[in-house]
Amino acid sequence: MGRFFGRRINFGDLVVQLLQVVVLVIVVVALYNTITTGRYTSRHWVSLIFAGLAQGSIYALIALGYTMVYGILRMINFAHGEVYMAGAFSTVFLAQHFASNGFLNAQPVLAITVLILFAALVSMAVAFLLERIAYRPLRNAPRLIPLITAIGASFTLQYTFRGFYGTQFRSYPEVTALRGTVSLFGYSIPIVQLVVLAAAVVLMFVLYWYVERTKAGKAMRAVSEDKAVARLMGIDIDKVIVTTFLIGGALAGAAGVFNGLYRPQGVYYFMGFFPGVKAFTAAVLGGIGNIPGAMVGGLVLGMLESLGPNAILEGLGIPGANQLKDVIAFTFLVLILIFRPQGIFGERLREKKV
Amino acid sequence: MAMLEVKDIHTYYDNIHALKGVSLEVNEGEIVTLIGANGAGKTTTLRTISGLIRPTAGQVKLNGEDLADYETHELVYKGISMVPEGRGVFAQLTVEENLEMGAYSRNDNRVRDDIENIYTLFPRLQERRRQVAGTLSGGEQQMLATGRAMMARPKLLLLDEPSMGLAPILVEGIFDTIQNINKEGTTVLLVEQNALMALSIADRGYVLQTGEIVLSDTAKKLSNNKMVQKAYLGVD
Repeated sequence: MGRFFGRRINFGDLVVQLLQVVVLVIVVVALYNTITTGRYTSRHWVSLIFAGLAQGSIYALIALGYTMVYGILRMINFAHGEVYMAGAFSTVFLAQHFASNGFLNAQPVLAITVLILFAALVSMAVAFLLERIAYRPLRNAPRLIPLITAIGASFTLQYTFRGFYGTQFRSYPEVTALRGTVSLFGYSIPIVQLVVLAAAVVLMFVLYWYVERTKAGKAMRAVSEDKAVARLMGIDIDKVIVTTFLIGGALAGAAGVFNGLYRPQGVYYFMGFFPGVKAFTAAVLGGIGNIPGAMVGGLVLGMLESLGPNAILEGLGIPGANQLKDVIAFTFLVLILIFRPQGIFGERLREKKV
Repeated sequence: MAMLEVKDIHTYYDNIHALKGVSLEVNEGEIVTLIGANGAGKTTTLRTISGLIRPTAGQVKLNGEDLADYETHELVYKGISMVPEGRGVFAQLTVEENLEMGAYSRNDNRVRDDIENIYTLFPRLQERRRQVAGTLSGGEQQMLATGRAMMARPKLLLLDEPSMGLAPILVEGIFDTIQNINKEGTTVLLVEQNALMALSIADRGYVLQTGEIVLSDTAKKLSNNKMVQKAYLGVD
C-alpha cells in the first residue's frame, strides 16, 4: 500500500494509528481543561480513586470467573453475570433476616462471613449446573454454539429469579460497623470501601496462590494449555473444568455480597447484566485468559469509571458527566478491541489455540 | 501373555479408515518399534492405545485387561505413560512444573527424588528448571517430554517420534536414554520414522503401511529385510 520512512504500511494500520492519536489528543485536552479550571481538590480525586478501587475490586472478582473459564474452555460464559446475580439476590434474604434479628450488627464480622459463604455456595451451585446442563454436552460443538447457549442460559436464570421473586427492587441492610470513614494520610475514606477492597484483595491472593503453587492449580494451567496432553498425564479434565466453574462461582458470589455492602440498593433479577458486561470488559482489558490481567483490569476499569466522568468528560464540556459512567466503560471496551485486542497482559493467540 | 496386546483394531478419522486391522504385541521388558512412512498410521496406533481415539472395532489389552472401559487419564494409573507426537510440553509451565505434572497420578513422597533423578539423567533440565518450557530448544523439550513421562513411573512407555526435528547427535543421546530406561525395567513401544535408529535399539519391530501391518519380525531380521532396506533404510 505504500511506504513510510521505509516501512510498509497498509490502510488499516494507518487508520488505527490516526485514531490512536485522535483519542490521545482528546484525553490530554480534556485532562488539561479539567485541571486548569481547578474545580476539584486533591481530596476529591482521592475519594474518587478509593471509590473506583472498591468498585473495581468487585469487577475484578467477577472478571476472574470469565477469564478462568475462557482459559480452560476458550469460551465466554456470558451467563456469568447471572451467576453473580444468583448469589447476590439469594443472599439478600438472609442478610435481611440477620438484620431483623440483630445478628448482623451484633456480630458483623461473623455475619458477613456467613453471608459471603452462603452467596458463594449459591453461585457455585448455579455455575455447576450451568456447566453440567448447558455447556458440557456442547464441549465439542463449534464455538458459536456454546456462546448462544450462554446467552440463553443467562435469560433462563434472570427470568427464573423474576418468576420467583418478581420485578421488585430489594436492598441489603445497612451494617453500622461499616458506616463512617477512617482517616488515611489526611484523607477520609469510607470504611466500607476499604473493607471491600481488602477482602477482595485477600481472595485474589488466595486464588493466585492456588493457581501458581498447588498441584490442582498447576493441573488447571496444564489443561488450559493442552487438554490431550493433560489427559495423558492422568489429569481428569472434566474435574478440572468443574473446579474452574466452581471457583469462578464462589468469587462471583462473594462479589455479590461485597456489592451489597458497598451499594445496598438495586437487588433485582437484572442486576447481573451491567456488572457482568463490565467484568467482561475488565477481563478483556487485562487480557482474556490471564488471571492477574483480570485482577488489574477490574481495578483499572473501576478507577476509569470513577475518575473518567470528572477528569475527562467534564473537561470536554459534556453536561451531566456523572451519569455517563457506563459510557466510559463501554467506550473503553471498544477502544481496547481496536488498539490492543490482546489486553494488557495478553499474548496474541497462537494459531494452535484458536 | 503379552503385556500389551493390540488385536485387530480399526480406527477412523471422520471418513478416513486410518487403521485397518492393526495387531501387535509388546512383551514385558522389550523395546518394540513400529516403523513406517508418514501417514502410515503410527501416531494413530499410539493414540488409539492411549484412548485419545476410540477404535471402531478391535481390542487393546494391558496384561489381559481390556482398556476400552478406561478413560485416557485413567491409563496412567494402569502404568501406561506416553510421550506424544511433537513432544507436547506445557510451554507456559516451568520445566519443574512440567515434571510435576508427569507425576500427577502419584501421591507418594518420592516425587521429589524422582525429579532429582531426571535432573541427573538430563543436567540441561536442571539448569533450566525455573524456565518456562516454551523457551527450551527442541532437544531440551524432547528430554523434558521423556523425563515427564518417566515421572509417572510407567510400566509401559509409549514414545511417538522422539527423534523428530532433532539434530543427529541429539537423536543418539535420546536413543541411549531410551535404552537405559528400558534396562531399568520399563517396557517401550517406540514409533519412529527414523527406522535405522529405531531398529538399532529395538528387540522386535512392526512395519506399518497405509494402516496395515505388513511385516513383523525381530529387529535384526527387519534390518536385513530387502523390502525394509529399500523403503525405510535408504539402501538400494
